[in-house]
Amino acid sequence: MIVMKNVYKKYPNGVVAANGINIEIKRGEFVYVVGPSGAGKSTFIKMMYREEASTTGDIIINGINLATLRNKHIPYLRRQIGVVFQDFKLLPKLNVYENVAFALEVIEESPEEIREKVNDVLALVGLTQKARMFPNELSGGEQQRVSIARSIVNVPKVVIADEPTGNLDPETSWEIMRIFEQINARGTTIVMATHNREIVNTIRHRVIAVDGGLITRDEYGGEYGYEG
Amino acid sequence: MKARTISRHMRESIKSIRRNSWMTFASVSAVTVTLLLVGVFIVIMMNLNLLADSIENDVEIKVIADPAADEEAVKKLEEQVRNTEGVLEVVYSSRDEELNTMIKSFGDELNLYKQSNPLGDALYVKAKDPQQTATVAKKINTYDYTDKVEYGEEKVNKLFKVLNTSRNVGLVLILALLFTAMFLISNTIRITIVARGKEIEIMKLVGATNNFVRIPFILEGVWLGILGAIIPMVIISVSYNNLYEHWEPKLRGQLFQLLNTTPFIYQLNGLLLFMGIFIGIWGSFMSVRKFLKV
Repeated sequence: MIVMKNVYKKYPNGVVAANGINIEIKRGEFVYVVGPSGAGKSTFIKMMYREEASTTGDIIINGINLATLRNKHIPYLRRQIGVVFQDFKLLPKLNVYENVAFALEVIEESPEEIREKVNDVLALVGLTQKARMFPNELSGGEQQRVSIARSIVNVPKVVIADEPTGNLDPETSWEIMRIFEQINARGTTIVMATHNREIVNTIRHRVIAVDGGLITRDEYGGEYGYEG
Repeated sequence: MKARTISRHMRESIKSIRRNSWMTFASVSAVTVTLLLVGVFIVIMMNLNLLADSIENDVEIKVIADPAADEEAVKKLEEQVRNTEGVLEVVYSSRDEELNTMIKSFGDELNLYKQSNPLGDALYVKAKDPQQTATVAKKINTYDYTDKVEYGEEKVNKLFKVLNTSRNVGLVLILALLFTAMFLISNTIRITIVARGKEIEIMKLVGATNNFVRIPFILEGVWLGILGAIIPMVIISVSYNNLYEHWEPKLRGQLFQLLNTTPFIYQLNGLLLFMGIFIGIWGSFMSVRKFLKV
């Protein structure tokens, strides 16, 4: 599903954020990516949906090699990947329904299909009642649920989440994790960068620790494992 | 691209124009001023061109045959001139006709020359390309029975120089104006794009193609261009029509003429509209480019 081979990434300012990463993530896996700030976690995540390109090395997502992917084909890669952000990235002028539908409008789905798919995912994340509300009328947890709904409405094979609980209180974080668990149970691969020790240690999944641009640990059912 | 996507892009672009009404006003006025100036320049230039053309077409070479040459020799010369490269037409005028013309302009005293006409036969030559007059004249001057070649060398050269310079200056000014308008439009659109940066980022992250992001902005540029072209089109059409109606009867029979309103005004309006749309598209294209690299 996701393969990285000797991935090396150096930023123009000289920072090396990936220093020879090798990893394989199989279809349907749930993977936590942990590590201190500045360890290269975000780069690791961003390279998967090609917000950042690797300097050298191969990244293969769902059979597509990102190293040889031409810029104009990036949109088609991203349609196979759902991305969830720490800061939700919702459009303030659109209501909940429209925010989710936006992801489908952009890829030119028919109105009938948009309606059906959006209603389905809103039910999944429990926001059917709030479909007509605007982001500023929602709590943080609800906003993140909208963001998750948007990321999965196109039924992607992979969902990549960059610290999705980073801005949420503990209780809401558990709520969000339950939704990710449900999505994963439907066979969707999930890669989640997180700082939340409690979650990693409680809902056990594969843990990949990144530090200094290297993978320092890769453990199935592992623990969060470092201080900070 | 699907029809409903196109109509979505249309809605988006119109919404954005309404939402950013001040910026819309600013760039529409920039286009308006630019196109007005460009339009006035074009009117002046095209009319100067017309004048230049009629002056140019008036330029002719007078070839005077050697007075000693007999009829056959002059025939031969005429043939030779006619076959010279770049010659459009040759009109023959006999020495007697030449003398009569002179008598008409200088008076009857010249009548006494009728006994023994000192003039040679003359050929009036027009070059296919008036700018080539000098070259043609030089060539004719080398022929056997040519006595003299006259075409007001200095005057003609100066005239051509002035005409060519004014054409070039006009063109440069028009280009400079167009460039300024493009710059202004691209700045306007850049501001609306910055305001929508987050939206663009999300669009790109959920898999929108560059065209999908770009087209509403390009359309916005088109609307700005069209809106900016309307006022100059109206002002120039109305004023030129009035100018033409007022001056055309007075200029009849003169060297300087005004261009007919049709089809000139329609062509000019078409051109202004096209330029408006072009600067709109180009301006937005340039400013969106930077924001697509997500």
